Amino acid sequence: MSAPVAVIDAGGANLGSVRYALERLGATPRIVRDADGLRGAARVILPGVGAAAPAMRLLRDGGFADVLPALDVPLLGICLGMQLLFQRSEEGDVEGLGLLPGVVRRLVPAPGLRVPHMGWNRLRLRRPSPLMAGIDDGAWAYFVHGYAVEPGADCVAEAEHGTALGAVVERGRIAGAQFHPERSGATGARLLRNFLEAA
Amino acid sequence: MLSRRIIPCLDVRDGRVVKGVRFRDHVDAGDIVELATLYAREGADELVFYDITASPAGRTVDVAWVERLGRLLDIPFCVAGGIRSVADARRVLHAGADKVSVNTPALERPALVSELADAFGRQCVVVGIDSLRDDDGHWRVRSHTGDATAMRASGRATLDWIGDVQALGAGEIVLNCMGSDGVRAGYDIAQLRAARAHCEVPLVASGGAGAAEHFSEVFEEADVDGALAASVFHSGEVRIPLLKRGLRARGIEVRDD
Repeated sequence: MSAPVAVIDAGGANLGSVRYALERLGATPRIVRDADGLRGAARVILPGVGAAAPAMRLLRDGGFADVLPALDVPLLGICLGMQLLFQRSEEGDVEGLGLLPGVVRRLVPAPGLRVPHMGWNRLRLRRPSPLMAGIDDGAWAYFVHGYAVEPGADCVAEAEHGTALGAVVERGRIAGAQFHPERSGATGARLLRNFLEAA
Repeated sequence: MLSRRIIPCLDVRDGRVVKGVRFRDHVDAGDIVELATLYAREGADELVFYDITASPAGRTVDVAWVERLGRLLDIPFCVAGGIRSVADARRVLHAGADKVSVNTPALERPALVSELADAFGRQCVVVGIDSLRDDDGHWRVRSHTGDATAMRASGRATLDWIGDVQALGAGEIVLNCMGSDGVRAGYDIAQLRAARAHCEVPLVASGGAGAAEHFSEVFEEADVDGALAASVFHSGEVRIPLLKRGLRARGIEVRDD
């Protein structure tokens, strides 16, 4: 738990709540604004609430876009931070970090189907994963987003909002949560703890 | 499937929670942190804090208590009250709030809604609408409702304003039906149904909850995404675990773990 955790400030509005959630778990996160700040970090979290284009611009300006792909420590993207791990986002037609294959697509409103997807939804486990250890199939998680990825090969948990969407992804050291673990009660705290304690 | 949200609303004045009847006669209802953590523990899906003195007094929200809540709460919360600019919203969001809600300042300067959506994404931007049926039968928006002496009619038709704020970038709408607020006779189903038909984003009902059956009624009859209430929770008349058990028994999807 004492391994240094860096939290990237990519202009995301949930920076404060992610930091507090980590502190509740006993971690002492370091907020970093440029890639130099990642030196010595044993874990990196990329939170994000906002729009893809300005966030990617901040990641490029801060040198993160070059450094993150070469990093060898676990990386967790949250919400927009998870979306930026993929190759491209329809939101502003922005190129992402390209750490995971796939495209982030806009959720389309339909009768009875509101966009943004906002509120508590159930996680459906797709395959065992260290990040989801101790989290039951059907556990509730808090989502707030208007864009999403389809559940692909890297998807370990999905949620259903009109159609299935990727809720948690994991591929080697790269992981992402579309929902907000920092605001998802015990389920979210467990995911963050799993990430902090992973070998 | 997305669940329906139960949202206790805490009206905040000078750092304390207050409750009112028809927007007047506020009395003290307790400490913010104490009530917020109680509701979170009992299964509230989200909390809304309205700094009811901020808009009429022309000042912005005090972030000290927002930060205290941000450190403690592990469920989402929204802060409203006197947020007039992107800078105001940033202070509140960075202090730990998940969403900001704008009401009077959006009426005074509608471009604020787009500025907030551009800066933080529309999912952070809630527009609160205080609405009252006029003698001619039309629902119209009221502003400066935190203080009975400062309240005024904006002249805007409520349903038009619901359309406008979505076009501007609102990610959620809280419709507070003032005619039913505080009288505990049930939500204003007719108005909420009309609003629902104009609303693609999540819609939260506010004003009128007095008993558990009012919640099932508003979800079933008006198809709202969330139901907000204050005094019925503060008084202990409706307890959230029991409320949710009842909703689930009626086939209404709620978070219940």
